[in-house]
Amino acid sequence: MTTLLEVAGLTVHHGQLAAVSDVDLSVAEGEIVAVIGANGAGKSTLLGAVAGAHRASAGTVTFAGRDVTRLPAHRRVAAGICLVPEGRRLFPSLTVEENLLTGRYRGRNGPWTLPRVVDLFPWMAQRRRQVSAQLSGGEQQAVAIGRALVANPRLLLLDELSLGLAPVVVRRIYEVLPEIIASGTSILLVEQDVGQALRVADRVHCLLEGRGVLAGRPADLSVADVERAYFGLRSSPALAGEAGPAPDAEPVEGGSR
Amino acid sequence: MNWLNAVLQGLLLGGLYALFACGLSLMFGVMRIVNLAHGDFAVLAAFLAYSTVSGTPLGILGATIVVIPVFALLGYLTQRTLIQRALQTGPLSTLLVTFGLSIIIQNLLLQGYSADTRALPAGSLVSASLKLSGQVSISYLALLTFGLAVVVLLGLQAFLSRTALGRMLRATADDREAATLVGADSRHLYGVATAIAFATVALAGLLFAMRSSFDPSIGPTRLLFAFEAVVIGGLGSLWGTLLGGMVLGLAQTIGAQLDPALTLLAGHVIFLAVLAFRPQGLIPARSTA
Amino acid sequence: MSAPTQRRSVTDGLLDRAAGPVSVRRGGRASAWTGVGLFAVVAVMAYLPYVAYTTVTDALITFLLLLTVSSMWNLLAGYAGLVSVGQQAYLGLGAYAVLQLSDWGVQPFVGVFLAAGVCAVIAVPTSLLAFRLRGDYFAVGTWVIAEVYRLVMVRDTALGGGSGRSLTTLSTLDQSLREALTYWVALAVAVLSVLAGYLLIRSRLGLALTAVRDNEVAAASAGVDVGRAKRAVYLLSAAGTGAAGGVLLVSSLRVQPDTVFGVQWSAYMIFIVIIGGLGYLEGPLIGSLIFFALQRWLADYGVWYLVLLGAIAVAAAVWLPRGVWGAVSSRGVRLFGVGYRLDAKR
Repeated sequence: MTTLLEVAGLTVHHGQLAAVSDVDLSVAEGEIVAVIGANGAGKSTLLGAVAGAHRASAGTVTFAGRDVTRLPAHRRVAAGICLVPEGRRLFPSLTVEENLLTGRYRGRNGPWTLPRVVDLFPWMAQRRRQVSAQLSGGEQQAVAIGRALVANPRLLLLDELSLGLAPVVVRRIYEVLPEIIASGTSILLVEQDVGQALRVADRVHCLLEGRGVLAGRPADLSVADVERAYFGLRSSPALAGEAGPAPDAEPVEGGSR
Repeated sequence: MNWLNAVLQGLLLGGLYALFACGLSLMFGVMRIVNLAHGDFAVLAAFLAYSTVSGTPLGILGATIVVIPVFALLGYLTQRTLIQRALQTGPLSTLLVTFGLSIIIQNLLLQGYSADTRALPAGSLVSASLKLSGQVSISYLALLTFGLAVVVLLGLQAFLSRTALGRMLRATADDREAATLVGADSRHLYGVATAIAFATVALAGLLFAMRSSFDPSIGPTRLLFAFEAVVIGGLGSLWGTLLGGMVLGLAQTIGAQLDPALTLLAGHVIFLAVLAFRPQGLIPARSTA
Repeated sequence: MSAPTQRRSVTDGLLDRAAGPVSVRRGGRASAWTGVGLFAVVAVMAYLPYVAYTTVTDALITFLLLLTVSSMWNLLAGYAGLVSVGQQAYLGLGAYAVLQLSDWGVQPFVGVFLAAGVCAVIAVPTSLLAFRLRGDYFAVGTWVIAEVYRLVMVRDTALGGGSGRSLTTLSTLDQSLREALTYWVALAVAVLSVLAGYLLIRSRLGLALTAVRDNEVAAASAGVDVGRAKRAVYLLSAAGTGAAGGVLLVSSLRVQPDTVFGVQWSAYMIFIVIIGGLGYLEGPLIGSLIFFALQRWLADYGVWYLVLLGAIAVAAAVWLPRGVWGAVSSRGVRLFGVGYRLDAKR
């Protein structure tokens, strides 16, 4: 499988705080890669940097062989990277249809047309003219994904799909991911819900305080591995009696096989 | 009856005010800023047309065809160079930059044209009027101005709701960052909004110059009228701006009927009344971000 | 914590230091010296009518006027976040108040201070209207309101109507005495304005305003009555500007509505504060000096002087948004002791 996205040594600062520190990550064509981690671990910032919303202070982002680290955010859509931002961020005064159409503004031609997106989320057919501010959370999430799909990205970035949504709604949203992959788009997603991420991803990265602490296939990682990486507990046989995070701990790295 | 005349004149005057106001409203809607030099650019357009008409074989129509695109370009460039920088510096900066521009334009015009009043020769269009009855007549120019205002507003509305560019303008107004994520270059879109604003205010300036005499100092008053029309009509509503303009025009002409010295004050008082009792305006916008 | 590596982090060091008693100072050495220095300057200035020509004191009156109105505008815009392009309303109302009061027998020099009160009272209902607008719309709204006051005052023919009127009740005074008194009143108004600003910022209200300036919603949820705080500053600004209007009248002995209600005063205020530094007490001081110098130096150049002012305003807004003082104080220098300094007692 060819590598579509290559992130190397990425560091992103918010002011003086390094939200992302020296992270390496890659996404191959046709893959779903998930980034998990606690609140404030830097997941959304990482995704934002790939989308161009945040400036990288160090490191590189290479997409389809091209260095896009310094490419302005508004040019990345044409390059093939689309972000579905955290909290949906639909345009509230625009209708469902208009929101979807904005995705076409700088989009590329490809399998995803407006009718095909409506097929993916059939409820949209009746509600095209509805102002998006009136939609429910799950519906807004669907429109946000549709808006990104309509641009026919090669890499779709999904930031916290499950945020604020009921579990049954989240499951339904995740059910469309295989069809997106089948159409030729790869996915890099950030997810708070670890179980959901492990179920759907081909590979998983775990971030802790901005650093990558674990990476591998879900099948190869044990629950204990993930827990340790997520919470930053040091690997030690005598975990009983030792509580609390140790920020100075050495990163526990699983190899990516 | 003079009163009927006053009412008709006032309503038609609303068209001119709406033309002045729609650019201001667009810029505020998209960029959240008020261009304090808005009225001065209208005056600049009038002077440019004046020089074109007196200095070249072009007539008034030719001058209009030249001036409006020039101002659209001027608007785009002003946004990309000055206003964009000010937007990035801070909320106060745009107010200052446009205020500074206002001072510069007024005084450069004063230097170039002196404080004498001029008028744009519109020929028979100015003097001819439609006689409705013995005492009631409407000038063709007033009708034309109102008609043009309606056409411009219709065009603007169609642009915003039907075209991709207009849709992106509305999207950028809603959420600039999210718009960037779908590929919108906000600097370019702001430039487009400013270009439209400058073009419409230039048209307004020309139409005004055809019906009244003008001098370098009248810019700020035009800004205040535009502003009042927007607030009276309701922020965020294009047709509200037309209604606001008509209410303002009506207030002014009726005030003038009572006492010519009351013209301006009547308009201001109506504005303050709307602000006091219906601050959301006559046609409030659907609430968005 | 039985960590294998016993590194002492920066946090540990700070925690150690903070564990001891801490003292809070409002000013530093610089502000102490400034206080002394300013007092000396004011004393010298007060003595000037005895030793200097009236051309000097007249020029200084202009400077003091600019300092007053710009300080008031700075409080409004820099601390309350209210950018007004209509403060000339109170300049005009203050001037007309002194004129009217003198018609009723009040000594104009006293009237100047009464005008401050009059303007504060008028500012109350004015603020109720103006505060319905926000941001840039508030700015233009205040301009409209100023125009309304101008148009209303013009209708009063007893006070001169459209062409204005002269103040005659001071003609009984000996000229040099009148000029000296005018100068002292201008000096008093300026000193009081700057002092009022200083005390405001140092007060609880000042702290509340700083919070509002940083984040209005957060300040409100911390218990700050945002509306009242802003209104208080608006009233104070109106009062100071009103007194300045009175000074304008007694120094020029004539009021003309287009001049005294003119928007060029807002242009001056804005220019001075932006050049000097918005939101710093030192800003209007520096800005007024620079503006005053520019005005003297370029007065012969007619419109080009105004064009240059406009150009400087544009340039400053884009490249020097925090003004001269902002650029200087980023190195930590404060002349007025309005900040907070923590010193760990060793």
